[in-house]
Amino acid sequence: MSILGNKVLRLEDPKLLSVGGEYVADLKREAMLYVSYVTSTVAHAKILEIDVTEAREISGVVAVYTADDVELAPMASMFRDKPAMNRPFLAKDRVRFVGEPVAMVVATSYEVAADAKEAIFIDYEPLPVVVDPEQAFSDEVVIYDEVGSNKVTTFGEITDDSFFDGSDVIVTLKLRNQRLAPAPLEVRAAMAYVDQDGRLVFYASTQTPHAVKAELSRSLSLDATQVHVITPDVGGGFGAKATQYPEEILLGWAALKLEKPVAWVETRSENMLGLGHGRAQVQTLTLGAKSDGTIVAYRADVIQDSGAYPNVGAFLPMLTKTMAPGIYKIPKVEFRSTSVVTNTTPIVSYRGAGRPEATEAIERALDVLARRLNLDPVEVRKVNLIPADEFPYNTPTGATYDVGDYLGAVEKLMERSDYESLRREQAERILHNATKRLGIGVSTYVEITNPFPSSEFGGVELTEGGGLLIRSGTSPHGQGHRTAWSMVASEIFGIPLEKIEVITGDTDVVPHGVGTFGSRSLQLGGAAVHEASVAALSMAKEVAAEMLEASPSDIVVSEDGSGLAVAGVPASKVSYAQIYEKASELGRKVAFETDFKAANSTFPFGAHLAVVEVDIETGKVKLLRFVAVDDAGKIVAPLLAEGQVHGGIAQGVAQALFEEFSYDPDGNPQTGNLADYTFISAAELPSFEVVHQETPTYLNPLGAKGIGESGTIGSTPAVHNAVLDALAPLGVEHIDMPLTPMRIWRAIVDSQG
Amino acid sequence: MYPSKFDYVRALSVDDALEKIASDEEAKFIAGGHSLVPLMKFRLATPSLLVDIGGLHDLSYIKDEGDHLAIGALTRHTEVEHSQLLQAELPMLSYVASLVGDPQVRHRGTIGGSVAHGDGASDLPAALLALDASMIAVGPSGRREIPAKEFFKGFLETALSPDELLVEIKVPKGVSSWSYKKFNRRAQDWAIVGVAAVKNGSTKVAFVNMGSSPLRSTGCEDALRSGATIEEAAERAAEGIEPPSDLNASSEFRVHLAKVLTRRALEELS
Repeated sequence: MSILGNKVLRLEDPKLLSVGGEYVADLKREAMLYVSYVTSTVAHAKILEIDVTEAREISGVVAVYTADDVELAPMASMFRDKPAMNRPFLAKDRVRFVGEPVAMVVATSYEVAADAKEAIFIDYEPLPVVVDPEQAFSDEVVIYDEVGSNKVTTFGEITDDSFFDGSDVIVTLKLRNQRLAPAPLEVRAAMAYVDQDGRLVFYASTQTPHAVKAELSRSLSLDATQVHVITPDVGGGFGAKATQYPEEILLGWAALKLEKPVAWVETRSENMLGLGHGRAQVQTLTLGAKSDGTIVAYRADVIQDSGAYPNVGAFLPMLTKTMAPGIYKIPKVEFRSTSVVTNTTPIVSYRGAGRPEATEAIERALDVLARRLNLDPVEVRKVNLIPADEFPYNTPTGATYDVGDYLGAVEKLMERSDYESLRREQAERILHNATKRLGIGVSTYVEITNPFPSSEFGGVELTEGGGLLIRSGTSPHGQGHRTAWSMVASEIFGIPLEKIEVITGDTDVVPHGVGTFGSRSLQLGGAAVHEASVAALSMAKEVAAEMLEASPSDIVVSEDGSGLAVAGVPASKVSYAQIYEKASELGRKVAFETDFKAANSTFPFGAHLAVVEVDIETGKVKLLRFVAVDDAGKIVAPLLAEGQVHGGIAQGVAQALFEEFSYDPDGNPQTGNLADYTFISAAELPSFEVVHQETPTYLNPLGAKGIGESGTIGSTPAVHNAVLDALAPLGVEHIDMPLTPMRIWRAIVDSQG
Repeated sequence: MYPSKFDYVRALSVDDALEKIASDEEAKFIAGGHSLVPLMKFRLATPSLLVDIGGLHDLSYIKDEGDHLAIGALTRHTEVEHSQLLQAELPMLSYVASLVGDPQVRHRGTIGGSVAHGDGASDLPAALLALDASMIAVGPSGRREIPAKEFFKGFLETALSPDELLVEIKVPKGVSSWSYKKFNRRAQDWAIVGVAAVKNGSTKVAFVNMGSSPLRSTGCEDALRSGATIEEAAERAAEGIEPPSDLNASSEFRVHLAKVLTRRALEELS
């Protein structure tokens, strides 16, 4: 019987739920020093003077550094044609967003560092501020004088209105996909020291330990062999910890300079401004269609807010472009995006990273179209979706969707939600002019996982006593890699999970790796473990064959999984412990390392339905039901997959109803703590109704696609559509997210004239 | 967030607490810490001495005193929430306490701390205002009783002097019906607007977060006294009140919410 597909409990949990994990903040070393950063309190200004004399005299303050002390070249961005936009480690002559580090304080405690920060005086000369991306696009206020424009990069182009020729109806919609703060439970943290051999040892709370190693080596001009990065337990990242930050890298610099262990754990308020933000697109959408709902042409014109220093966020519209048509067969699609800088926290990847923006766009536009044509939104979707027999399917935006059964997902959704009776109840409430209206919102999605086809390392080794040691290049931040990788190896060897050890995140032990992001880990890292397991098992079989005097092709895993046996002769058996010993005697290792590379990205898909109740007097929305059909190919570890779906839905619902990171016109953050930044909790959510569908992909031996981001991608437009569905009879066509009570009330008041 | 340096002492009795608080002008009492500690972490409050009254278990009680109920200042929200006596005699207070913050907050926070903090956005002060409660304080000049109407003065400002300790809250019995409407976006949040309505002879209506301190709706109460309908009275709910604007609600939206919630609360009373 296969272990794959069984609800195996997470192997990580007993420790996390009892003694607790070991996070960077838990690490202590003798004579350790503590770092805190003085950050800019203004959004855009010249730095005239930084006075650190008083701070340096405070007892317990070891050092205070400013840009003048740090002789490091700025961090390189992926936009090589704009070197002026490279981010300095500490702001030198100019600050460009509130929260930008200006000075580094090293002290004997965080408390002393906090006192010292209050004794540092910075003289700023304010400059005009640009917060709104559309205003930044106009270049009226330019943030980089050397560049002369706020525009970082553009993708795609759009033509004229003849693009929509042949349409019976054309709808346009302007959408703000608002800026979000990732807000992982564990804030950013790092600890660094120089070991006895003079190497830099660096503990990082990251999704990409090998990238941290590369950045430390590059920035600090160290040979790669001189850097050892270790990632202990990580309390979440949501994509934002796949980027290296100046505050982290500078910690390595300080450890080398002071030759003392240094630690940095930011505060929540610092995290809200310092960790990159996500989303932040302004989209102008046009959809041309026939009167039966068949889409003729679709255009998306996007401005991407990149924040003050262009990071991966400036690049993400590329993925929005790829996924623009969604699950629909649209003959013509055009997309243009312009990424601009603003005086705000830089935009990075955040759960979904460019794809939720694409799904929200097409799914909202389709609802507007359906309403214009007076058609049921589900019917409009069915008319346009790509039929199951057309895969692999090449989209006009350059993607090749591997496999899909979109109609199957939509039909399961209709059945499970009992769509027809929901519509009846909705009509009933309208008829009685009820204060609490029902809204039903549907969205479908297809997304790209492993978006930039890359490889991942996996190593499997038989160990003394007959256990396995797995090393993986993808390092988890809460996903449960240990459980899934152990299951994958156990499936091949039959060795029980408790005898399998998994090592990730240590760059001395794991020779190379890419990381956990883009829902890539199982389909690459898991597939690598699978491949390495298959290869290592055949090595074990050779050893066993010698021991049992049989042909390796006759050797099979014994029925109890404790070793290998001759097929059909269960008594003729050797245990894995004996195989290990024999191999050692022969000077061999039963071990295999591989880098699994997939030929292409995979495209998970699904259909979501939200039922909301909207109080039309107060504007309050209550989510009553959420039904999700998600198809991520073969499900290897159902409990982990379900966890991803649940968490993803919660975050997607939060974008629709609760979260927005906002600034006032002067660039002051308005939602810089968790009282004001209203992220969602269990109390605001119903129990989700999760429906499974499995359409395996051919792109990896597990048949698996990624499922880490699906929930976030499908749920936002489902909820957004549901609220507007409830308000449609009142004449409200659109409200930007988040759909707060005040915005809903305002829209109702305005629509009533 | 790291508070400024401060000293810390534990009070052994009420008298000891008063003595210790008098020893330092910048001293503050601390009980559950759920209002003061956040302010200290933001360095918005920088007391040089904390006098911890958390050990004064004598101040944690809920007693039936005949015509009123007496609640010790150190009674935690969760105790108010689950008290059988309150659930029988004054269920409104149990209900309101159940809406404060989240379970962790309710297990640490105390009714006296919430009242002494005097936050216009907190649930319990407005409820006590509608209930015509009074506060018992002890200080160097003895013990005094302060009616709720005179207790809440302004933004985080109460009638307590710095050397006084709030020891008890007295709530009259005789409530024939009540309603509490808390409007917020998330369960754990402060109210954007809250309405406490109490019928105890006459009808009293108090607001959460409609001003810098908890407020009585004189407009609504006057209207009801002169025989207005619920709709008419609710329409006058925000008369003379200029609520604040913030990210969750403009002043205008708060006024609207106050009217809607008042109407719903009054409908529940009748």
